[in-house]
Amino acid sequence: MSKILTVRDLNVNLDGQSILKNLSFDLDAGEGLAIIGPNGSGKTVLLKTLLGIIPHQGEINWASDARLGYVPQKIEADRHLPLNVRNLLEAKADVLNLPDKEIKTAVEMVGLAPQILRTPIGHLSGGQFQKALIAFALLGKPNVLLFDEPTASLDQLAEEHIYDLVRDLQEKQGLTIILVSHELSVVYSHADKVLCLNREGLCFGAPREALTPEVLNRLYASPKHHHHEH
Amino acid sequence: MSINEIYTVILALITSASASLVGSFALMKRMTLAGDAISHVALPGIGLALLFGMNPTLGATAALLVGILLIWNLEKRTGLATETMIGVVFSASLAIGALITPQEELEQALFGGFAPISFPAFLIYALLSVLVILSVMALRHRLVLGLFSSDLALASGVKLKRLNLYFLLLFGLVIVLGLRLLGALLVGSLIIIPAAIGRQLAHTFSGFISMSIAAGLLSVILGLAVARYYGLDVGPTIVTVAAGLFILSLLKKRI
Repeated sequence: MSKILTVRDLNVNLDGQSILKNLSFDLDAGEGLAIIGPNGSGKTVLLKTLLGIIPHQGEINWASDARLGYVPQKIEADRHLPLNVRNLLEAKADVLNLPDKEIKTAVEMVGLAPQILRTPIGHLSGGQFQKALIAFALLGKPNVLLFDEPTASLDQLAEEHIYDLVRDLQEKQGLTIILVSHELSVVYSHADKVLCLNREGLCFGAPREALTPEVLNRLYASPKHHHHEH
Repeated sequence: MSINEIYTVILALITSASASLVGSFALMKRMTLAGDAISHVALPGIGLALLFGMNPTLGATAALLVGILLIWNLEKRTGLATETMIGVVFSASLAIGALITPQEELEQALFGGFAPISFPAFLIYALLSVLVILSVMALRHRLVLGLFSSDLALASGVKLKRLNLYFLLLFGLVIVLGLRLLGALLVGSLIIIPAAIGRQLAHTFSGFISMSIAAGLLSVILGLAVARYYGLDVGPTIVTVAAGLFILSLLKKRI
């Protein structure tokens, strides 16, 4: 399999504080990578850095054919904005010069009914909102999807739906998935590789081999566990 | 009506449409207050230009440009400090402007009026208003992404910082265009009030935009008519009518 992402000696500093330190890992096309770590360990920053939103030192090399889709953890969006799902998807489709029919396809891919397009974003349930965000990410036919805690605000049933969808996208559509999570069960069931992060990389590899009790202890017992990201 | 009055009415309508459109996005961006404050910075520009015998519109434009670059640089830093800064800088500029603007020009500079306009000036104003409308329409999808989430906008390839500058420049241009009619003190209302009415009356994006523009146009038409019939100052009359329409819009029950 070909490499889709190579990261070497990645360092990110924000406001003079070191957020990510000497991080190196790589990923094959079609693989699922789970990034785990306590709050404040830099998971979200890592995703945004991979997306090119945050400046960094070191190397981030995406394969030349990599197209990234991003599903953020939570949207700071004002739910009172007079926007419906179509306005949002249309906006991205327009910026990327995509034909209108891709909007319909994206909505179908996440299993939402077409009527959802007319629903104001403030009226969506948590699960619908998350799926709409995934549909948004799928516009432009990405081959890599980056998820930041996709189920953070969902109940169990909605959560299972989202993970089934993620698995589908990876297995049926052949997408490479990068998933930030704090749930170990997700890592074992959904990831080919795991990256343990606590400002620096503490483990990297197949979950069963990489996640030794000793690593988990270091990852979650560190004092940074209590340091919140926001 | 004289030809001059016809020019003024036409200009008032086109300017109002562009101001309402810009105002709709300013309202969604939650920058209506900052935007209103920006308009005050026009006054010292007008005052200085008059003192040195230059065109007051050029003075206002230059001062607004400085104000906009200031806001643009402050924008990335959010929080109380910025708000306070905007409040202090822009109310101070209003005060300084009032001190340096010659007394006989002050009322027009603050509250606008029905000043005569030449045909070339009329054409330039009209074309610039159309330019504002076309630009906002062209940028609307990018603006929507930025409104929804800056991360998603950036990840979708929108150059947010540049987009914000474009939007502020369009905002400033609308202020320049509205100054003649409404003056530095009232021009902000032409931007904000119609959008506030539109937000009350519509719940969809396109409905909101169209309602805002319609509210702006209606305020101008009614305002000009009332001002003419009762012999009132046009600027304050238009704004009072707009405020009245806003109060009426509050009566509509939210669905």
